[in-house]
Amino acid sequence: MTIRETDRALREFADEVGAADPVAVAGSRTAWTVGGELVGHARIVSAPRGIVSVQSEEMTVHVRAGTTVAELDAALAEHGQRTALPDRGGTVGGALMVGQNDLRVGGRGRVRDSLLQMRYIAAAGDVIMAGAPTVKNVSGFDLPRLFIGSLGVLGLVSEVVLRTNPLPRCSRWVCADGVDPFVAHDHLYRPACVLWNGTRTWVQLEGHPHDVEDQIRLLSSLGDWHITEELPELPPYRWSCTPRDLRTLPSLVKTRFVSVIGVGTVLCDQPQPGGTVPAAVAELTRRLKAEFDPTGRLNPGRNPLRSGAWT
Amino acid sequence: MSCLFPRGRSNRSVRPDPDDALVRRLRSALGQERVKSDAAERIVMATDGSLIESGVAGPVCFPASTDDVQAIVRIAAAHGRSVVARGSGTGLAGGAVPLGGSIAVVMTRMNRILEVDLDNRVAWVEPGVINLDLTRQLLPLGFHFAPDPSSQQACSLGGNVSTNAGGPHCLAYGVTSAHVVAVEVVLADGTVVVLGGLDAEPGGLDLRGAFVGGEGMLGICTRIAVRLTPNPPVVRTLLIGFDSVAGAARTVSAIVGAGIVPSAAEIMDRGITQAIENFVHAGFPLEVEAVLLVEVDGLPAKVAADAERIAAIADEFGAGVVRVAGEDERQRLWQGRKAAFGAVAQIAPSYYLHDTVVPRSRLAEVLQQTYEIAERHNLAVVNVFHAGDGNLHPLLLFDPREDDSLARVHAAGAAIVRASLAVGGSLSGEHGIGVEKREYMDLMFGPDDLDHQSRLRRGFDPHCRLNPGKVLPSPHSCADLQALNSTPAGAWG
Repeated sequence: MTIRETDRALREFADEVGAADPVAVAGSRTAWTVGGELVGHARIVSAPRGIVSVQSEEMTVHVRAGTTVAELDAALAEHGQRTALPDRGGTVGGALMVGQNDLRVGGRGRVRDSLLQMRYIAAAGDVIMAGAPTVKNVSGFDLPRLFIGSLGVLGLVSEVVLRTNPLPRCSRWVCADGVDPFVAHDHLYRPACVLWNGTRTWVQLEGHPHDVEDQIRLLSSLGDWHITEELPELPPYRWSCTPRDLRTLPSLVKTRFVSVIGVGTVLCDQPQPGGTVPAAVAELTRRLKAEFDPTGRLNPGRNPLRSGAWT
Repeated sequence: MSCLFPRGRSNRSVRPDPDDALVRRLRSALGQERVKSDAAERIVMATDGSLIESGVAGPVCFPASTDDVQAIVRIAAAHGRSVVARGSGTGLAGGAVPLGGSIAVVMTRMNRILEVDLDNRVAWVEPGVINLDLTRQLLPLGFHFAPDPSSQQACSLGGNVSTNAGGPHCLAYGVTSAHVVAVEVVLADGTVVVLGGLDAEPGGLDLRGAFVGGEGMLGICTRIAVRLTPNPPVVRTLLIGFDSVAGAARTVSAIVGAGIVPSAAEIMDRGITQAIENFVHAGFPLEVEAVLLVEVDGLPAKVAADAERIAAIADEFGAGVVRVAGEDERQRLWQGRKAAFGAVAQIAPSYYLHDTVVPRSRLAEVLQQTYEIAERHNLAVVNVFHAGDGNLHPLLLFDPREDDSLARVHAAGAAIVRASLAVGGSLSGEHGIGVEKREYMDLMFGPDDLDHQSRLRRGFDPHCRLNPGKVLPSPHSCADLQALNSTPAGAWG
């Protein structure tokens, strides 16, 4: 089944969104204030729910945006698959529109690379399709990537085709105190995740059981590692840094932090110091918003430029 | 075409360049030697690696810096002229063919690897760097650049960004967009902006993601930060022979269905395999109908288990030959695979290479259709393609000296496109739309869908001055038509 086949749920959602007044889409509201609070009197709508099809031989899943990530994960697990979307209690549409990766991005891949095709309700109320349901496609401009992290200000995503990947045969967390997390990261071949809180390092290894054992043995030359299921509590504020920035993080941050080595994401007890949005980026964003939503009716108040490191 | 000088004037036999003023300004900004306006240069820049009819190039500029590109774009805007950036000109969809006298901006002199940043696992490069040169520089450091198009010995990274290029190893590693973290871009008004960043999750819209694959219509990239991919510790390549192309295709679908993601899975039919063997003697078996070259990489136990399972699956689908290649043989086999298009000269005077994508599970069916379509149009066809991601590359063989041959090739190509779309596929997997597939876009997208693609374009380039006339079919690219019509009368006639 291709995404082009209009179904009743999509049509009903389009009718609900309409074409005139301000409207905002709510998923599970787990990231409700990212990019700013809603302003004015926007009607709240919810995207349709449900998994349309899982095609593990294509490494794709066709799912409606209002489906929770947990429900998607459970359905895919039955087929030995998973997606890059993080499960933080939210919906598929929410995860895509916020665009933040799972901390285990090394194993799961990036959200921005996972959206193959989408249908969304445009500001004028029409249903738009972009992308293709195949794992490879360069037919036209890449609207799916533009929409990831857009907070629903360009269109209201209603259903998507996502790339999936096989679940690993084995997954283990190990941790150790007092080791250099950067050396540990560089010691390994594409670890799923390396977390560091300034004193303790956690490493997630995935793959064939023998490879996981071998990688754990490899780490033993760096410290005293043990298998764990206890992961660090994550502070509330998300930072976006370069991988190199993490080396100097302890001298900059005086509160709790957990950083993702090799990636640059940091969870911290304090907000990231705000940066300045380059004028040309702001202007491009303004022009795109004006093209896709000339009257500003979609998720009014949300601003992608107020998410991430420019908060 | 109008003549700029009244008849009867004594100097009428010396036709002045209608772009004299434009060329003077460009030379003033870039220097005399880096702006060419002679016919030979313009003819070379009027085409690319495709069979698309030559366009009409205006002055040809060879910038050496971002400032140069900015100056060209500003001068072009002041003269109301469009601009087409190009790298090595290896594109196969006519994306770099200038339409309507566009200024050609040739990026080949911006070919430096500026920085290899191992801490952040990125390299900053200029767009004229050749794909394979970057990987050769990175390999001793333990890394490589994952996208590896067949043209990687010649194609430039700027071109890879423009087309969101792929290659055999994109099955596991992803296409170019997954390997570009930031781009410095000169926009149509001359503004210089960096899209994306080296940090984990750059804020705002993913303008970088929108830019990659923009076919030079959203801006001109002048620096690129590419992701470095660690070299796998173990690589194993299996050479598998089948007595039918369908058997090879069904094997690939079953491999992926079994939860294995090979780093590459390439199928070659008998016709192309024989041509390759005659050309480079790579060591492919000649007694089979199809060869499946499948590669797995990573840590040792996973590679061994995947290779064993793949061999077993191939056996279930009737594989006659299964061989694990040693390192030397592996190099030869890949050299052979990437020489496939060059090898076609052994069997036909010319060929038309198509690029469509189909769901993996429909590969066998659509492949069979490509043979039938070719036969119906009295053409020979050979197939060599990225089976792992369903990316078909039928090569329609023809002799251009035959009067109606190109018409039959185009008709067969259109039928292959329709067959691919009919099973839920895509117009292009890695070559792009360019001019070649522009008028097929409405087979895949409705008018409203195309209108929204046009909105993205206008957001970046409101006056459609960058590479006008590409990707979007004519009713959806009105501003492009205006840009094309702004060429001064008599220019490059």
